[in-house]
Amino acid sequence: MRIGNVNCTIFLILGMVLGVFILLSPQTFLSPRIYLSYMSIIPFPAIVALGATFVIISGEIDLSFPSTMALSGFVFSLIFASGGHPLLGLLAALTVGALIGLINGLIVVKIGVPSIIATIGTQFFWSGFTMVVSSGLAINIVAIRDTVTHTFFVGRLFWGIPAQALWCLGLVAVLWLLLNRHVFGENIKFTGDSAQTARAMGIDVGRTKIGAFMLLGALTALSGSMVCMEMANWWPTQGEGYLLPVFAAVFVGGTSVFGGTGTIVGTLVGAMVIGMLEAGIISAGFSGFWTRMAYGLIVVGSVSIYAWMDRSRAKMQP
Amino acid sequence: MTSAVSMTNIFKSYGEVKALDDVSFDLGSNEVVGLLGDNGAGKSTLIKILAGVTRADAGTMNINGQAIDPRGHTVARARRLGIETVFQDKSLGEKQPLWSNFFAGRHLTNRWGFIDVAAEMRVTREILGNILGLQGSNLQPETIAGTLSGGERQGVAIGRAMHFNSRIVVLDEPTTALSLREVDNVLAFVRRIKRDGKACIYISHNISHVHAVVDRFVIVDKGRIALDIPKNGTSLEELIGIMVDIAGGGDQARAGTHP
Repeated sequence: MRIGNVNCTIFLILGMVLGVFILLSPQTFLSPRIYLSYMSIIPFPAIVALGATFVIISGEIDLSFPSTMALSGFVFSLIFASGGHPLLGLLAALTVGALIGLINGLIVVKIGVPSIIATIGTQFFWSGFTMVVSSGLAINIVAIRDTVTHTFFVGRLFWGIPAQALWCLGLVAVLWLLLNRHVFGENIKFTGDSAQTARAMGIDVGRTKIGAFMLLGALTALSGSMVCMEMANWWPTQGEGYLLPVFAAVFVGGTSVFGGTGTIVGTLVGAMVIGMLEAGIISAGFSGFWTRMAYGLIVVGSVSIYAWMDRSRAKMQP
Repeated sequence: MTSAVSMTNIFKSYGEVKALDDVSFDLGSNEVVGLLGDNGAGKSTLIKILAGVTRADAGTMNINGQAIDPRGHTVARARRLGIETVFQDKSLGEKQPLWSNFFAGRHLTNRWGFIDVAAEMRVTREILGNILGLQGSNLQPETIAGTLSGGERQGVAIGRAMHFNSRIVVLDEPTTALSLREVDNVLAFVRRIKRDGKACIYISHNISHVHAVVDRFVIVDKGRIALDIPKNGTSLEELIGIMVDIAGGGDQARAGTHP
C-alpha cells in the first residue's frame, strides 16, 4: 500500500528525469556508454545511502559519513601501500567504519546528544584526525589494479559491467531482507516510529540505534575502500562530496524524514536519479554549477511531496 | 485465591516528586482490580513498574510466585512472566502494519533472526477474526495501525494481550476517547479476561466503567493506597462518594502540611 505508492512515485521520478535527458541529449542517453559509466560511479554513494536509510528510519541522522569514508579509505590504502593484503586492508577499514558508527551511537544513545549535533562534531573530528595522520598527503595505490581483490570488487565483467554495480545490487537484496524480514529492521522501524512505544514493546531502543549507526559506518567504509580501488588512489578529502547526494538519494527515494518508515529499493532508485543528474545536466549543455541547484531543488521538492502525501493520507483517517 | 502479583513497600520518586510512597498492591490470579485515582496519583507509575517500563527505587515484587527485584525489572521479563500491558496510547507503532505490531518485541524468527512473515500474517488474521467486536471491520494484517479508530486500537492491543496468553492483563485508561459502542466492546474484553481465568488490572478515571467489570477497587491518592475494598456491597454512588471524600481529604492534608 503505502510502500507501494512511494515506490511508484520514485520510479515515476526516475522515468521523468531519464525522459527529459533523452529529449535534451539523445546521442548521449540513447547509447549504452553513459549507463556503463553510471554503473561505475553510482554504486559508491548508493551503498552509503543504503546505510543512511537505516539511520534515518531509526529516527536519527548521521552527518559524519564523509569523514568515515576518508578515514576508512585511508586505513585501507595505508595497509595495502605498506605491503598488506588488500582484504586485510578492507577488513581493517570495515572495523574502523563500524567503530566510528559505534562511537556516534554511544554519544547519541548513552550521553543523549541529538544526533545532528553529535555527528557534525564527529564529522569535524574524524576529518581533522584523518588530515593529521595522513599529513594531508594522498596515497597512490596503482598496484591494486593487478590484484584479484580489485577485479572482485571493482573489475569490469561481461559487456564491461562494473563489479561494483553487482555489489550494490547484492547489498540492496541483503539490506532489503534485513529491513523487511529481520528483527533488526523491524526494531529499527518501531524505534523510529516512536521510541516510547518501542520501549513499551520490549525493544532495546538504544542497541537498535547503535546498530544502525554501525551499519552505516561499515557500509561507508566498504564504499570508501571500493572508491580507493576504483581510483587506485586515496586522497584526504575523499568523501567530501557525498553528503548532499546521499541524503538526496534517501529522501528522493521516499524514506520518511520523520523516521519509522523507509524503503531500500527507493533509496537505490533515488541514488540513480541523483547520480544521473550531473552528467545529464552537463550533457544537456548547462554548466556544472546547475547541478547543485538541481540537487537542492530535488531534495526539497521530493521531501515536500512526500510530506504532503503523508498529510493528505492522515486527513482521510477516521 | 492464589496471588498473581504481590508488590510490597514500593517507592518511586521523580526528582523531588514522590510518585509512589510505600505502596503495597496485590492481585489475585483470577481477579479484576480497578485501580482508581486522580491524574498524577501514581496509578500509571505503579503499573509501569509492574510491566518493567519504569524501575522502582525500592520495594519487593512477586509475580506468579517468582520473586523479582523491581529495581532491575524489564519489559521482556514481565512478558515472560505473562504480564501484558495495554497503555493508554502509544501501544501501537502508528506507521507499522498490524502484523508487525502484534509481534513487536517477540517476532517469530529462525535462528538467524529472520522473521517468518507468512506465519505472523496468518496468526494476525486469526486474532483479527477472533477479537470481539472486530469481526466485520475490514482490518487486514497489512493495515497500517495509524488508520485505526480508537476502539479498534484498543481491540487490537487487547487482542494481542489475549493471544499471547498473558495471565495478567493491564489496561491503562482503555476507554478514553472511545464511542459508547466501543466502550461496550472493551468492557466485554475485560469480562472475557475474567471468564478465561486470568487476572486484570483496570485503570480508569471513569468510575462507572470500572464499577461495571471489577471485583475490587484500589484507590491511589498522592502516591499512597488510600482505599482497598471489594466491590461486593459497594454501589456506584457509594464509590463516587468515597472518591470525592478522598480527593477532598487529600487536599486538606496537603493544605495542613503547607500552612
